Amino acid sequence: MKRRDFLKASGALVVSFSAASIAERIGLAQGQFGTRASHIDPSQVDSWIAIAADGSVTVFTGKAELGQGMLTAQAQLVAEELAVPLERVKMTMCDTEVCPDQGTTSGSQSTPTNFNEGNLALAAATAREALVKLASVRLGTPVDQLAAADGAISVRIDRSRRVTYGELVAGRKLSVQLDRTAKRKAERDWTVMGKPVKRLDMTAMATGTFEFVHNVHVPGMLHGAVVRPPAVGATLEQVDESSVRGVPGVVKVVVRKNFVGVVAEKPWQAMQAAAKLKATWTAAPPLPPQRDYYDYLRKQPSRDAFVVNSGDVDETLAKAATVIKATYLHPYQMHGSIASSCAVADVQNGKATVWSATQSAYPTRNGVATLLGLQPDAVRVVFTRGAGCYGLNGADTVSFDAALLSQAVGKPVRVQLSRKDEMAWENYGYAYVVDQRAGVDANGTIVGWDYEAWFPTRGGRPGYDRPGNVITGVLAGFEPQPFRPAQAAEPTGEFRNGSNAAPSYVSGRVARRAGGAGTIASERVLTHTVASPFFTGPLRSPSRLQNTFAHECFLDEIAARVKVDPVAYRLRHLSDARLKAVVSAAAKGAAWEARPSPRPNASRDGVATGRGISCVLYEGDNGYVAMVAEIAIDQTTGRIMPKRFVVAQDCGPITNPDGMRNQLEGGALQGLSRALGEEVTWDDRAITSVDWRTYHSLPFGIETPAIESVLVDTPDVEASGAGETAITIVAAAIGNAIFDATGVRIREVPFTPERVKRALASRGTA
Amino acid sequence: MSAITLHVNGRAHTIDVDPTTPLLYVLSDDLSLRGPKFGCGLGQCGSCTAIVRGRAVRTCVTPVGTVGDAEIVTLEGLGTPERPHPIQRAFIDEQAAQCGFCLSGVILTAKALLDQNPRASDAELQQATSSVLCRCFTHARMWKAIKRYAAEKA
Repeated sequence: MKRRDFLKASGALVVSFSAASIAERIGLAQGQFGTRASHIDPSQVDSWIAIAADGSVTVFTGKAELGQGMLTAQAQLVAEELAVPLERVKMTMCDTEVCPDQGTTSGSQSTPTNFNEGNLALAAATAREALVKLASVRLGTPVDQLAAADGAISVRIDRSRRVTYGELVAGRKLSVQLDRTAKRKAERDWTVMGKPVKRLDMTAMATGTFEFVHNVHVPGMLHGAVVRPPAVGATLEQVDESSVRGVPGVVKVVVRKNFVGVVAEKPWQAMQAAAKLKATWTAAPPLPPQRDYYDYLRKQPSRDAFVVNSGDVDETLAKAATVIKATYLHPYQMHGSIASSCAVADVQNGKATVWSATQSAYPTRNGVATLLGLQPDAVRVVFTRGAGCYGLNGADTVSFDAALLSQAVGKPVRVQLSRKDEMAWENYGYAYVVDQRAGVDANGTIVGWDYEAWFPTRGGRPGYDRPGNVITGVLAGFEPQPFRPAQAAEPTGEFRNGSNAAPSYVSGRVARRAGGAGTIASERVLTHTVASPFFTGPLRSPSRLQNTFAHECFLDEIAARVKVDPVAYRLRHLSDARLKAVVSAAAKGAAWEARPSPRPNASRDGVATGRGISCVLYEGDNGYVAMVAEIAIDQTTGRIMPKRFVVAQDCGPITNPDGMRNQLEGGALQGLSRALGEEVTWDDRAITSVDWRTYHSLPFGIETPAIESVLVDTPDVEASGAGETAITIVAAAIGNAIFDATGVRIREVPFTPERVKRALASRGTA
Repeated sequence: MSAITLHVNGRAHTIDVDPTTPLLYVLSDDLSLRGPKFGCGLGQCGSCTAIVRGRAVRTCVTPVGTVGDAEIVTLEGLGTPERPHPIQRAFIDEQAAQCGFCLSGVILTAKALLDQNPRASDAELQQATSSVLCRCFTHARMWKAIKRYAAEKA
């Protein structure tokens, strides 16, 4: 259905695109969201909001629900700004036929993007003002004597004189541009925003009636399964189609370069056929051994970048009273969605529709078009929810799989990856090696900080142009983003700390302006990106989590060396008031006992207890968070037992406090799972962590720590993201708590019982 | 292929299917049920859970031919959006989900245990759910919901 028909069918405002707006749209094309020109003009209110004659409101958004609560939060936003009851708002998310292109739902950017100065919030505010103007004419009353509430506009002094939105717009066009001067509701006037509104999808989810992409059934739909290579880098030599002859239900074996798949009538038949299909592959060069992988990373050609470089760090450290050094290690980790990724594609007659759980509807539309040799406007991507993805799971790659298989058979095909295919080929979160050095003066104050890190990348989010950034694209013959080594240039412009490579404690001085959150003026932050044998991609708090683990543990090491309380030591080196405020709030919430770590007179056997703190200004500008972790540690088994997390967070005005708490609690425990058990493993040929026995997620049946959240409210600031703040600081808080309990510093994640036991044994028998 | 009659959520369905097919595929594909979901296909995550003969069963590793005439209850068989079952009500009240994909595993595994043993201890509940995953880690709320249901039941 075309957008226009859709709007007519829903009884909504019909949008007219004038020639002028098309010209303007092309002009806008590269501006907003880093997206492409699309047929939906984001400068028009009608592109975002349609009001039907019955007063119901349909919202078209380019930001998706991924489990993080964006469905409900965006509905609250529109209900608030448009002044309509929440239950009248219907959300349409990321359907390329009818929704504006807002790129990818990622990076905790949905709230800043749609709730602050522009886009959905502004569309709703503009629409309300346009409706008030229409009502002014209808009621013969000046605009300033009217009030909008509950989907109607009434005369302030005579509420019986009113007209509903449905009556105002029925049969009319509301062709207005988003108006930057449209007045937003002040936080103090909120009636729907800021409230712990219940999730709009919760009842359907709890009663098993919610439609996930896994539940999409298209008439005549067949089922596909893919056959991935047995080794990283192996290429296809031959496929023996006779090996599946006679397997019930098999429709077709599909080969395209190194992409191999099977289409069958039933899902189980497709899985059986994929397992039986005989394919021969070339041997690939052996993978770098996992045992030495962190050293291997240091020796690879690299693309280097300075985040900050004051130019005097070596000199400062040479003069320092004490120099402290440490190296931190973080493994590749998985998104590990609980669902094996699934998509349904219908490619027929030169057109394609893909039901996909992608975070990037429009970019995926382009990727599918490239793979199929179609124009992007011949492809429609209908976002349909999958399981939580935490950055980039198999949703994009399986959308490509389904499209290739459907094109080959000319019928709709549903593909659901096996658990192994999901886990062995996903785009992992980066491994990291971080070397830290700091110089301390005679007063115990840090005077210089030197950071140098190595991390491997390959591929990533496919975006509009790079289907080869995920496995299916590479198998079908497309290259990933090329890797080119390069020397580091001196930082210019302003301080940008999007990956939190710079610790919070440095001044972040670039071009004479200090943009950091801290006070240390002698600073150098140098990163080396190297080529990865495995696909990588953004995993919840990409790079920020790994860097923050290294920074927040190292700061603790220094504090311990100079025998200062870790909270006081943080506050001493921070300049940012909001970051200081969350550190203080977390400490207060946890009734933090001010003293240096480790805990005095701790026993060396049995169960020890400790506490640790960590904090971050997420992405350098997108949310403040601090956490106190209290743990017990069984020194015989090496098992860590977290008892209590106190998380203080300041993300500006909060749309839905309960939704934010939910994110914060989930982030804290997911961070715990990543800190304690999760690690991608491989042998000389292939990934060996391919299911939940070999990749160690914390199960549901654990004793969960108490999680207490302190929401710090800062007035008159913009909203920032909240989905990735808490997870970023968990590993550091636990690492610091282990040190507090035992005096042992573990500088490598995950803190498995074996690793903890080895570290404890290294204390010797004194 | 053979004709098999399944009793699901109070209704009988006869389907022609290879008896080695995992029950999950029949429930989600042939019967278009949305509750049980494919997570791993290995019985390791719980997403595919249904209650069969009163026990929480991983349908992704249960051949349909082995189920016989047992009553099968899926998540949508407990209650409806208009009239949720008390354990579903508890999850709604506690807002105990993020993506919601794991709910068959969490809700039905806990329910099956509490139906058999309304006074199950925390340790028993943890044991029963030790092979259930929630990768959004909505554990805290889900435990509250389970406790709320257990308290109502006891």
